Amino acid sequence: MFIPCDRGGGSAAPDFKGFTLLMPAVSVGNVGQLAIDLVISTLDMAKVGYFYTDCLVPMVGNNPYATAEENSMELSINAEVYSLPSKKLVVLQIRSPFIKNKYRPFCETLLTWVKSSKCARVVLLSSSHAYQRDDEQLLGTPLRYLLTPDLEKALGGRMKELNWKEMEKVAAYPGISNTDKVLHIPGGGITKLLFTESCSEGIQMAVLLKFCSEGDNIPDAFVLVNYLNEWLQLIKSEVSTSNNSTDPSSQWKIPSSWRLLFGNGLPPALF
Amino acid sequence: MATFFGEVVVAPSRAGLDEEEEAREETPEDREIRREIEKKRYRRRGRLRLELRSGGCAEELLVCSRFIVAIGRNAAAFLSSFILDSVCWEVVGVVKLWNEWCRTSSTTNVLPTDSFCLFYRLISDPTVLLCQCSCYVAEDQQFQWLEKVFGSMQKKGLQVTILSTCPVADYKTQESTLTLVSPFLKALKTKEFQEQVCCPLLEQPNIVRDLPAA
Repeated sequence: MFIPCDRGGGSAAPDFKGFTLLMPAVSVGNVGQLAIDLVISTLDMAKVGYFYTDCLVPMVGNNPYATAEENSMELSINAEVYSLPSKKLVVLQIRSPFIKNKYRPFCETLLTWVKSSKCARVVLLSSSHAYQRDDEQLLGTPLRYLLTPDLEKALGGRMKELNWKEMEKVAAYPGISNTDKVLHIPGGGITKLLFTESCSEGIQMAVLLKFCSEGDNIPDAFVLVNYLNEWLQLIKSEVSTSNNSTDPSSQWKIPSSWRLLFGNGLPPALF
Repeated sequence: MATFFGEVVVAPSRAGLDEEEEAREETPEDREIRREIEKKRYRRRGRLRLELRSGGCAEELLVCSRFIVAIGRNAAAFLSSFILDSVCWEVVGVVKLWNEWCRTSSTTNVLPTDSFCLFYRLISDPTVLLCQCSCYVAEDQQFQWLEKVFGSMQKKGLQVTILSTCPVADYKTQESTLTLVSPFLKALKTKEFQEQVCCPLLEQPNIVRDLPAA
């Protein structure tokens, strides 16, 4: 599945032992994917390989993180892997939807790769339909987390220290009391499948998700990536001297490919 | 999501349907239709097949140094009009496939353009291959198509050129597409391709998808 980039000179395949794998779920608003774009762009991560998979719709384009003419000509495809060894971080970016009936094969192959490359843990950025929230979820923060039992053990009370809210389970049959509570992540794509598989395979995985709707999801991406940053501290949140608050939003670098997200310029003849 | 008339519907999402949503929304009728379509795909063309005209053994590979693929009707028509002729080129193979987008309804009256991709070889240099693929290759057939086609080639310093078309309305640019002079050419190339490209490179945020991307 993972094909390392050919660096020439016979260099060895990258080693991800002990790394944190950060990846998105293709979910409502594509928030996870947008957040990952911000991480890769801001940390200027180097591409180390890609996934050769028949589970995603094929796509190709030029470098989405180009900053100048010189680096704009590298091809980019639907599932690529970036790495930052100084932070022991490896990032998978997924750029196209899943092909029908391919969710499960992808999850299985991905988790096999996670185990064989000996990543320490997986952090999955995702989102869920805001309109499906119940009355309690409508109040307070729209951000939630989930931890597999293995990661919960490893982290101890870290999430309590951060004052984060765990994703609630819902009744399997709404309206009927005394039914089992199940995990339900509508609009989350592969989130639930990957999470439940990780639980049963003993993989340390965290899911960070935001309730949102389709639309301009750039603000949602910033909120989610700041949420991630509270825990992983990927960038320093500088205290703003003017209003004495920590707002790291301005420190995330928007990639050049985020131009024209909502269409082209207007024809002058319209006016 | 509540609609104007007060009913609740599932909001469409760019992320596609969840697997469990797909399963839940499928009625027994939908399931039956889906099963029939899958059976039809398999019955009509089996799995995607690449048939070589030489009738050689299954392990025979086509030696290839240059491979030109035209995907879509416009690109295929370009090759037919300007490149292909019966003097210089010979048919060497065909990929047969079928999916729900093919317009024919019976196995006996299949139009070649609907479900065939034709492969030609330059008679004066048999390592130059050309493929016309004007049929629609569905998402879940694209990977198979690639594996079959490239798996049948013995690559000798292989250079691949893919010809395709996209609607101008899909092109993302600062100005309006109404003011653009069209048609126009754009290219994508791998870093291994060192020759001069005859047109500007495709700028971000434009992308290519489906079979040309694959």
